[in-house]
Amino acid sequence: MKLLRVGDLDRCIGCYSCMLACARIIFKSHSIIKTAIRVRTRGGLQSKWGVDVCRGCLDAPCTEPCTTGALLPRPGGGIIFKKSKCTKCHACLAACVLHVIYADDEGYPILCIQCGNCARFCPQEVLWVEEVKGV
Amino acid sequence: MFERGYPRVLDIDLEHGTFTVSERGDLKPLLGGVGTAAKLLLENAAWDKDPLDPVQPAIFAIGPLSGVFPLATKVAAVFRSPLTSEWGESYAGMRSAMSIRFAGYDAVVIRGKAARPTYLSIDREGVAFRDARGLWGLDTEETGRLLREFEPGRGYRSTWRIGPAGENMVHFAGLNVDTFRHFGRLGLGTVFGSKNLKAVVVHGTKTYPISDHKAYNTAYEAVYRQVVGTPVLAKYHQVGTGENVLWLNNIGSLPTMNLQAGRFDAAAEISGETFGETSLTRILACAGCPVGCIHVGLYRKRHPEGSGYISTHIAYDYELIYALGPMLGLDSTGKVYAVLEVVEALGLDVISTGVTLAWATEALKRGLVTEAETQTPLCFGEEKGYVAAAQNLASPPNDFYRNIGKGLAFAAPLYGGEDFALTLGGHEMAGYHTGYGCLVGHSVGARHSHLCNGGCFYDQKYGKSFEDEDLIEYLISEEERRNVLNSLVVCLFGRGVYKPDVIATALSSIGMPLSPEELEAAGREIFRLKWQAKTRFGYSLDKVRIPRRYFETPSGSGLLQPERFHKLLHLYRKRLSENLAISL
Repeated sequence: MKLLRVGDLDRCIGCYSCMLACARIIFKSHSIIKTAIRVRTRGGLQSKWGVDVCRGCLDAPCTEPCTTGALLPRPGGGIIFKKSKCTKCHACLAACVLHVIYADDEGYPILCIQCGNCARFCPQEVLWVEEVKGV
Repeated sequence: MFERGYPRVLDIDLEHGTFTVSERGDLKPLLGGVGTAAKLLLENAAWDKDPLDPVQPAIFAIGPLSGVFPLATKVAAVFRSPLTSEWGESYAGMRSAMSIRFAGYDAVVIRGKAARPTYLSIDREGVAFRDARGLWGLDTEETGRLLREFEPGRGYRSTWRIGPAGENMVHFAGLNVDTFRHFGRLGLGTVFGSKNLKAVVVHGTKTYPISDHKAYNTAYEAVYRQVVGTPVLAKYHQVGTGENVLWLNNIGSLPTMNLQAGRFDAAAEISGETFGETSLTRILACAGCPVGCIHVGLYRKRHPEGSGYISTHIAYDYELIYALGPMLGLDSTGKVYAVLEVVEALGLDVISTGVTLAWATEALKRGLVTEAETQTPLCFGEEKGYVAAAQNLASPPNDFYRNIGKGLAFAAPLYGGEDFALTLGGHEMAGYHTGYGCLVGHSVGARHSHLCNGGCFYDQKYGKSFEDEDLIEYLISEEERRNVLNSLVVCLFGRGVYKPDVIATALSSIGMPLSPEELEAAGREIFRLKWQAKTRFGYSLDKVRIPRRYFETPSGSGLLQPERFHKLLHLYRKRLSENLAISL
């Protein structure tokens, strides 16, 4: 099973290639909004980049308020999403501890499925994928 | 382009505070970027009016690959240049192209003059005209900070603003973009100032479905893999363009102290390698570019009181190191940063500033101007005078600074010293004294920049040993090829990757099937449109005057002869009238 990991952010150049990869490959869109990973400046007194993305929680809290079975915890971390069951209630957006679930223009949640495509397009090896065995 | 397949042009009227959006299918054959902008300029320019007349348009355009392919990060800007009175063309990256793409426009035309200082907020809904009276007079950094607080969209927007230089009509004021990028050179910031326009913020949040998912992903990944796997592009990331300092110095092509020499004794002290070793803090990329060529250094200076230090971050590149380093004889990174910090904040073009102050230094030494006029001592190697002079340039205290603020082509005839006023086509020179390719290329290129046709690379390859016809053929075909890249709009650093077949595949994958031959034809047509605009602005190759200094200081290809230069110019003119039916 794959889990996305965020490594050395000091190497991030803010190129948005990860965001574009997620939008392009998973959401089949030209977009920098319809992406489950977002690179942002941190603000504050440290002028570095930050990456806002699902960290693959165990027993993912975002799934708890979902009453339709659209969002389920994935064994080993992260989520499984069944779009056809989603009623666009946005309860998962509020329940995400890291605030990294967003709504798209149609109202569906934009969710990370730990596919690792963003890491495949990171030119600086900031993002990487860990193979978790035995799950 | 992604909205019903037609280019969308946002037309903004500052005088009336109104805007319209039109779909312009007829612009499609010109691809986008500089092609689209050239056509829009031909439609909207006032040929008989001053460049700073409110009716003159400022035109911005992205291309079909903008925001959706690697390195397609630039916005083309076209306008009537206040510096040369003719063709003005400039490019900036960072988040500019992506913001316009996802705000849903392909081109933006800004015309008229606002009744009071104004800034524009552009998004998918249109344009908001906002009061900028409190921002007027502020430098580019503080203006940028405030706009980032006023406007929404952190991470998805681009912020363009002028500093005091643009407000005060210095003819080579630039437009600072986001952090560390610029629409530089030919005075786009001055055009903004003439319109009472302090800034533009573009906020892009639209999403477009991908039409052919498989073809697009394949084409994108092919380009991406080539970009990240190419050693040529790795150079831009590692040392950066500052690498050129030692290369040009070694071949005797580094313009030094107003081109009194082609080598700088202290080249090693201000090389890209030294900037990296002693001050680099981070490397950034434009949105959508996996290369990352923006080198940001830490400038530490002594606290004005006491023994501590204060520090700030500034981006460095070859051109600005050249213009403030060797050109002004500044022999340490600290000295270069000291002047650069001021130039950046005031919104001056760094190359024109360096070259203008280099001329002023020599003119002062020769007694053509006095220290009463310069108001500060100007000596090669001493940065304090240049910091004060840059401040005077941006906010002129007297006629001398008002005059040199109009560029050397205007000022040198007033004081004398035209022989060492380093302009080509009215534009202060870029940092290459490589040989005939650069000298001719700079003189005949549409915007009189080394970037028009890359003549300096021809010199690097052939030196003096070339057939005249071959050089002219290269300059024309290379400018046509670059017109294609500048229409897509792909950063020129990607020119080795974006070959005609790669471009054709990329365009086809987003539903714009064009053959390499059709692309070549588009490049030629854009070349023709640019010359059409130039001639209507009154430009002629008859006006090419080359300061003697270029023939007195040996270039990287040895001493250049005026006779051969004029022969090459004559040949260029002949080829243009034969090929393009343009009489010059």
